[in-house]
Amino acid sequence: MADTEKLVEQLVSKHGKTRNSLLPVLQGVVQEEHFLSDTAMIAIAKALNLSSADVYGTASFYTFLETEPRGENIIRVCKTITCKMKGKQRVIEAIENHLKIKEGETSRNKKFTLLAANCLGWCHKGPVMLVNDDVYPHVDPDQIVNILDKYC
Amino acid sequence: MVSKKLQRVDFIFDCAGCEPIEVVKKALKMTREEVVSSIIESGLKGRGGAGFPTGMKWKFAKDEVADTKYVICNADEGEPGTFKDREILDVVPNKVLSGMAICAYAIGSKEGIIYLRGEYNFLLKKLNAQIDEFNNSLSKIGLDFAVSIRSGSGAYICGEETALFESMEGRRGEPRNKPPFPTKSGYNGKPTVINNVETLVYTAMIINMGVDEFKAVGTMDSRGSKVFSVSGDTPKAGIHELELGLNVADFVEEFGDGDTKAVQVGGASGHCVPRKLFKETIIGFEGIPTGGSMMIFNSTRSMFNVLNDYLEFFAEESCGQCTPCRIGTQQLIKGIEHVKKGQMPSEYLDQLIKLTETMKIASKCGLGQSVANSFSSIVTNFREEMIY
Repeated sequence: MADTEKLVEQLVSKHGKTRNSLLPVLQGVVQEEHFLSDTAMIAIAKALNLSSADVYGTASFYTFLETEPRGENIIRVCKTITCKMKGKQRVIEAIENHLKIKEGETSRNKKFTLLAANCLGWCHKGPVMLVNDDVYPHVDPDQIVNILDKYC
Repeated sequence: MVSKKLQRVDFIFDCAGCEPIEVVKKALKMTREEVVSSIIESGLKGRGGAGFPTGMKWKFAKDEVADTKYVICNADEGEPGTFKDREILDVVPNKVLSGMAICAYAIGSKEGIIYLRGEYNFLLKKLNAQIDEFNNSLSKIGLDFAVSIRSGSGAYICGEETALFESMEGRRGEPRNKPPFPTKSGYNGKPTVINNVETLVYTAMIINMGVDEFKAVGTMDSRGSKVFSVSGDTPKAGIHELELGLNVADFVEEFGDGDTKAVQVGGASGHCVPRKLFKETIIGFEGIPTGGSMMIFNSTRSMFNVLNDYLEFFAEESCGQCTPCRIGTQQLIKGIEHVKKGQMPSEYLDQLIKLTETMKIASKCGLGQSVANSFSSIVTNFREEMIY
């Protein structure tokens, strides 16, 4: 059995073989494989007795359930108003310059994907970015290299 | 309307002598009816923004006869400018859990779930440890109730209660038609009380301090205090628990930067208050209610950009299920851009306001319905900034 199918099997046995488990299972696959491949979604559909269109339809609705290949680490920079006021554009540019990618792209070594995000809930400490689940409030563009080095 | 003077309140973060499990024990000494009537009598309204009377919600769920009932804590806080629930869950999670346990006792529920937005996943480890400890404490005091946690996946719409149920049931987070209301048919079709994080803490505070002390704060329409998330052009950005019922002028005097042009009360889905209306605008249910977001803008800010930002947010976060919201948000963005570029006359803004009114009537849920608030308040009060 392929690794992806094994992973799905493990996740389904952990969360239960019901439709209510669909999101936790999708989240578990993204955590391990960084995105939801067709193989993963077909395996999930089979395990939960759903159609693969149903699984894809649900997965594609949620921002954090990536259906396109992504880097090992996902950087999300908050683009909402107060972070914009506090200089989110300079943060994005610093990341783009360092990783040699544009917003929405993945670095050549597949280590990072840079995304803009809607409100991350740190409006008093903008600009803010998430790297995976780690929060960086008041992020200074000059700190970007040091921060990202931690994930290499 | 008379403004309350700015008063800091420390019910939530600095409450001495309110050990959460002791508060649950206090509730268990009361009858279920007494718990519900205390919350009704307190006048507490939901702190997520909609302001439904919390006690009535509990009463409806209590009166339902069902084998299973749920208590759900809505921690899918996504309104731009709002970050109070994150702070509450980070600093005083046990008080949220005690509110859930008190609700469970009152309505007869054995299962509670916290739906935590995906952006707050960094809280999961700590929260899970707190939940395990709390569940153990509950079983020791004989309350058959346990809380678990579910993580969201980055969809603003899932803060809408029925969209949240859909998400928990493994579907796209699209709002359901109401009725039936959640207290009759919520998560898994069972009677469900779904309360915001802050609301649940206040229920525990009310049981702890007593109804009279809670009612002594705030106004007739807006009882108690409120946790505000203050951001934007302010030297005091952060969390502040204040008495409800003060006017925007007093708020700005305390939190503004001396050059405040406008305050957006209630986040992107709230109202924008210009300087000329600061004094007459009360922050509370008799004026402008808010889930907590207070964004301050000084005179250097372009209100066109602010509005455009809000509209982009709504357009991206619309679930797409109903046409007025899905298409309306896109048309508003194009519309203000056309006016700004001089491709449409300024009168076109009035047509766009009419479009938001249609969206308010025809949209299925609060997202499409509330676009009119920020749109019409910004366009009306800062019309000259919308025009080329």
